[in-house]
Amino acid sequence: MQATTSCQLSLGPISYYWPKQQVLDFYQQLQSSPISRIYLGETVCRKRNELRLGDYLDLGRELQQQGKEVLLSTMTLLETQNEVLQLTKAVDNGELQIEANDFAAVQLCMERKLPFVAGPSLNIYNEDALELLLNQGMSCWVPPIELSQQRLEAVLNSSKIANRREQFELEIFALGHIPLAWSARCFTARSLNRSKDNCQLCCLDYPSGRLVNSQEGEPLFVLNGIQTQSGKRHNLINDLPSLMPMAQRLRLSPQAKDMGLWIERFAKGIERLATGQDGLTQGLPSTELLWPLEANDCNGYWRQLAGMEAILSAEHQDD
Amino acid sequence: MELLCPAGSMPALKAALDNGADAVYVGLKNQTNARHFAGLNLDQMKLSEACKLVHSRGKKIHVAVNTFAHAGQVATWQQAVDQCADSGADVLIAADIAVLAYAAQQHPELELHLSVQASATNAAALVYYQQFNIKRVVLPRVLSIQQVAQLKQHTDLDLEVFAFGSLCIMAEGRCYLSSYLTGDSPNTLGACSPANHVRWQQQGEHLESRLNQVLIDRFAKDEKAGYPTLCKGRFQLQDQCFHALEEPTSLNTLELLPQLQQLGIASLKIEGRQRSPAYVAQITKVWRQAIDVLKSGQWQLQPQWQQALSQLSEGSQTTLGAYHRQWK
Repeated sequence: MQATTSCQLSLGPISYYWPKQQVLDFYQQLQSSPISRIYLGETVCRKRNELRLGDYLDLGRELQQQGKEVLLSTMTLLETQNEVLQLTKAVDNGELQIEANDFAAVQLCMERKLPFVAGPSLNIYNEDALELLLNQGMSCWVPPIELSQQRLEAVLNSSKIANRREQFELEIFALGHIPLAWSARCFTARSLNRSKDNCQLCCLDYPSGRLVNSQEGEPLFVLNGIQTQSGKRHNLINDLPSLMPMAQRLRLSPQAKDMGLWIERFAKGIERLATGQDGLTQGLPSTELLWPLEANDCNGYWRQLAGMEAILSAEHQDD
Repeated sequence: MELLCPAGSMPALKAALDNGADAVYVGLKNQTNARHFAGLNLDQMKLSEACKLVHSRGKKIHVAVNTFAHAGQVATWQQAVDQCADSGADVLIAADIAVLAYAAQQHPELELHLSVQASATNAAALVYYQQFNIKRVVLPRVLSIQQVAQLKQHTDLDLEVFAFGSLCIMAEGRCYLSSYLTGDSPNTLGACSPANHVRWQQQGEHLESRLNQVLIDRFAKDEKAGYPTLCKGRFQLQDQCFHALEEPTSLNTLELLPQLQQLGIASLKIEGRQRSPAYVAQITKVWRQAIDVLKSGQWQLQPQWQQALSQLSEGSQTTLGAYHRQWK
């Protein structure tokens, strides 16, 4: 297992539909941030074309010049042959490594003997499945977000994987609204009484998606086109003590507000723990909150609870 | 075109056979299949018995081992695969690449179908799964009929489509709605909105349905109260309160039957292993009649079929779902 000090921050693909300028500004502002890896690309809807492949490649070159490692994330739900062709073009970009969010992308990378990142929407729940992907060229694994610390450890500590840990990186989704589901239907269009064919690119009007509450006002879901996200934001900042010994990377999912702030908080938390404060180097968990969760944050999945649960105590582990 | 019917129990299996199913599908009594509900499914002895019965009628039996195996527990799923092969079942339905790889290696004679839970919606993904020698794919309920037609042109695998029953509006195997609210994942546990998390509460004039305390819907006195499946609840979006994801409704593709035949669809799947033998009997009967009329070359959609199916549907409503572009 690699040293905890190597835990890096990644910025996941932007899950919402933002105008091109907003996207460019977003990355511009993060130039000097402690993010080491950036995933570009559209993963949700083929109609979102403010940026096309060529734009992402241009943007990627700029970000590389600023010292960032850049990868290209690909679509999750592919329904047509045209989408497969677009995916093929993305895989054949010649510059950026691919994050596969569907087995179609895994197949295309395998055929070309290209390494790939196994994205969180590939259903890899056990060591046998992970071993197979590792044999097929996986360089980095972003586990399904519902996988708990305990279950993840069971995969990593299995005999099939334990002696191959240096062959792949582990990246854990640590901040952001969780992609909960993918549908043929566009729920944002539906919320405006439009069909998907006539969506008028309405997602552009909702840079953070549309929040759906229960009839008692409890936040449940965020409608983001064909994707349904968690109503609460998954936030593992107080779980750094358990994440850092395991993961080489933590993924922060782009959000329209306070992104820079949260990157700083994660970076500071990692630094604090890595430099030996909080007893981490002695293998002791921190008993102090690194940062208070916000009212709409959750962290249940990591503790093998309902994803929407928010456990505030840093040392609480409900196995 | 095969009529493939659900059998959550031996009585349901007999009902399906008696009413004209060409094949039935079943699951074992544990979390290895996607209808892991109390009182449902077959143990190994019953499975062997079921295989004998089905084969004595000249029909086929498929076994679903279609959830994703937990770390450290892959052996449980492998055992289910072995039981399927040992019992003499015709087909194994699986989704986890770990389970598919094991079945392909250990039981090369066992016909493999890619479960809907694998979410394989495109030709390139199907090529990936062909490394396991799958013969057929069960298509997720997210494709339009045009997309099914297109896919058919780009794969040599047999296609199985959902013809009738509860409608998953999310790509199967890619939905955490239930696990987000309850902690139990349909992908690994095999149950969506599990009954042990459901509470019904009378609040004055209203009946409330809750899933792990969260209010899913509130029904007035004269409203029919549906099971609190998450994606069919009524929620609040700003000042609107509505079925934000989907209404309580069932998938019914009966009117597409001639098109499905023309496309060369291998099998029509009826959803509902959790349903009663009486339900299975009625649905199977209608679909058998419809397929036979179609085969006779005298196709005409009969209103009494649609009426019978509507009465057996969630909220007494049916939809063509994603097969019809407008639904999206």
